[in-house]
Amino acid sequence: MLKNDLGPDQETRLEIFRRMALLKLNDEQARKVIRSGRLLMPYYSYRGQEVIPAAISVNLTDDDYICTIYRGIHDMLAKGLPLKELWAEIAGRATGICKGKGGPMHLTHPEKGIMVTTGIVGSSMPIANGLAWASQLAEDGRVTVAYFGDGASNIGAFHEALNMASIWKLPVVFVCQNNHFGEHTAYHKTTSAHRIADRSASYEMPGHHVDGNDPDAVYAAAREAIDRARAGEGPSLIEAITYRFHGHVFGDADSYMDPAVKQAAIDADPYPRFRAELIASGEASEDELAAIETGFAAKIEEATAYALASPFPDPEELRRDVYAEEIEA
Amino acid sequence: MSTIEAKVPAADQAARAVTMIEAINRALTDAMEENDKVLVLGEDVADPEDGGIVGITRGLSTRFGEKRVKSTPISEQAILGAAIGASMAGWRPVAEIMLMNFTTVAMDMIVNHAAKLRFMSGGQTSVPIVVRTMTGAGISSGGQHSDHLEAWFAHTAGLRVVTPATPHDAYGLLLSCIDDPDPCIFVENILTFGHKGVLPAKGMRIPLGKANVMRGGSDVTIVAMSRMSIEAVAAAEIAQQQGVSCEVVDLRTVSPWDEAAVLESVAKTKRLLIVHEGVKRFGIGAEIAATVSRELFGTLTKPVERLGGAFAPVPFSRTLEAAFVPDAARIAQAAVILAG
Repeated sequence: MLKNDLGPDQETRLEIFRRMALLKLNDEQARKVIRSGRLLMPYYSYRGQEVIPAAISVNLTDDDYICTIYRGIHDMLAKGLPLKELWAEIAGRATGICKGKGGPMHLTHPEKGIMVTTGIVGSSMPIANGLAWASQLAEDGRVTVAYFGDGASNIGAFHEALNMASIWKLPVVFVCQNNHFGEHTAYHKTTSAHRIADRSASYEMPGHHVDGNDPDAVYAAAREAIDRARAGEGPSLIEAITYRFHGHVFGDADSYMDPAVKQAAIDADPYPRFRAELIASGEASEDELAAIETGFAAKIEEATAYALASPFPDPEELRRDVYAEEIEA
Repeated sequence: MSTIEAKVPAADQAARAVTMIEAINRALTDAMEENDKVLVLGEDVADPEDGGIVGITRGLSTRFGEKRVKSTPISEQAILGAAIGASMAGWRPVAEIMLMNFTTVAMDMIVNHAAKLRFMSGGQTSVPIVVRTMTGAGISSGGQHSDHLEAWFAHTAGLRVVTPATPHDAYGLLLSCIDDPDPCIFVENILTFGHKGVLPAKGMRIPLGKANVMRGGSDVTIVAMSRMSIEAVAAAEIAQQQGVSCEVVDLRTVSPWDEAAVLESVAKTKRLLIVHEGVKRFGIGAEIAATVSRELFGTLTKPVERLGGAFAPVPFSRTLEAAFVPDAARIAQAAVILAG
């Protein structure tokens, strides 16, 4: 189905691994810190889904935009969200990337093209269109990626956005991370289409159905879709099949997830699998990969300590950033 | 009234008067001419689609091209999403949501995103969009094409809500909305579309948040907005015949509203009547009444009075519709009672 047969080269595969390592280790730390009681926040673990943004973001520059969702910290870390400011934000501190006003569901960092994180299912897509429209008008060659989950393909905003992107030929790539659950409810109970990628047919755009746990497959689909967008040929829909190792929100009992299916998914964890593949192929040594992991672990630990030692925001911040000008109490 | 209007002789004024529709069209034209970042999008807005259902955007796409003036699918979430995203990247979109009731299918984009992105990002992003929308009871459009929903938007931090009453104000206020760094909801009353008035000088802005004393008076202050300000001026004439002098303060902007101007007027008249077309219960008038009652508790000689839409969907039948919405006669009656 893909037009290009260009897989990632060795250097790119290593870069994908680096990003996966950062994402995985950061998720583990987040769950550890929440469990320890040092941090209170709604946390939507993305463990198991790291391949998708890692393999997509290596095709993007800092100037390209992304819009993502509440389960989207992996998307943003892969795009370059700085660790210290991320941790300070999710700890609600004044030093956070959004001054503690957004939190884990509304992280933003335009410097790296991270424009919107929404807590509303489906809402990343209409806004991604607007960013893509801006690029089309400015002819600046930027591409916008809208990340969302399988559940979001059932909300009206998805259909409105794909239709508009198609008729306007917008440089946007819609990336559905299909983890089989919309909140607590399984895919087959909520979604009429056998494959979400098939929904692209209604909107006259290419639809790629790929193994979201296979870095080469995600990379190839992303590259084709991103090249197409950059060339002014219009949008694409990528459905990347993956699995969420934890419940909808961290702390839920995930009783709705079949334990056998879940265990099988965890047993097939793409992270150790890709890691072993890189070593077996001779692309990297155990020591090299361990050094990458140790390096990130230290940075994440440092970011956590920085965040927890940072001051909380001044209550006066309630009057700032509501509008451009400060408002009265 | 503005000094510009006051200086022009009456005959010249009549000759130069334009309708509300033309006033809005001219503001959009002038804004697009001034700043090539200004965009217009919405259902039917381009000329091949007749420049909008009442022709407000007529001529724009012919003059500025269909890249900048885009007719859209009937997809309110997609329209506002496109406006929001483009504005975050430096453009100045003016999105038309044809009728105010249609904003309800895109409230997520307005309330959760346009209004909040600046705050939630800690000031890193902003959404300088204008949402133009028309509405109004009085032409038998029924329950889903007539609501004045200003109070919903005024209740949302991060939005500005602008309600012009005259062509003059619509022109100057719309230009201010387009300049504004934050999202503005610009409410056009359909029943005022045929009203004529003289425009301010080309490019002249009317600042947001500043009320306008449309008529001076000494016994009762009538605070109103949108078409009700026109009704209030007519009511003031009726009340005058009964010996009651009314000062009419047109808010122009509902959020932020001009507390200082209202308090100044009420401090003088000691009596306040608030009139709006939106439903009275939990409406804009309640907020104004609470503020005035607190600030001028010892000055008021009567409790603050309010007139507004009935607590019912806007009805179809013209007799019911007339009962739903305040008019000059009922405003005058309320003012005379308040003065007594």
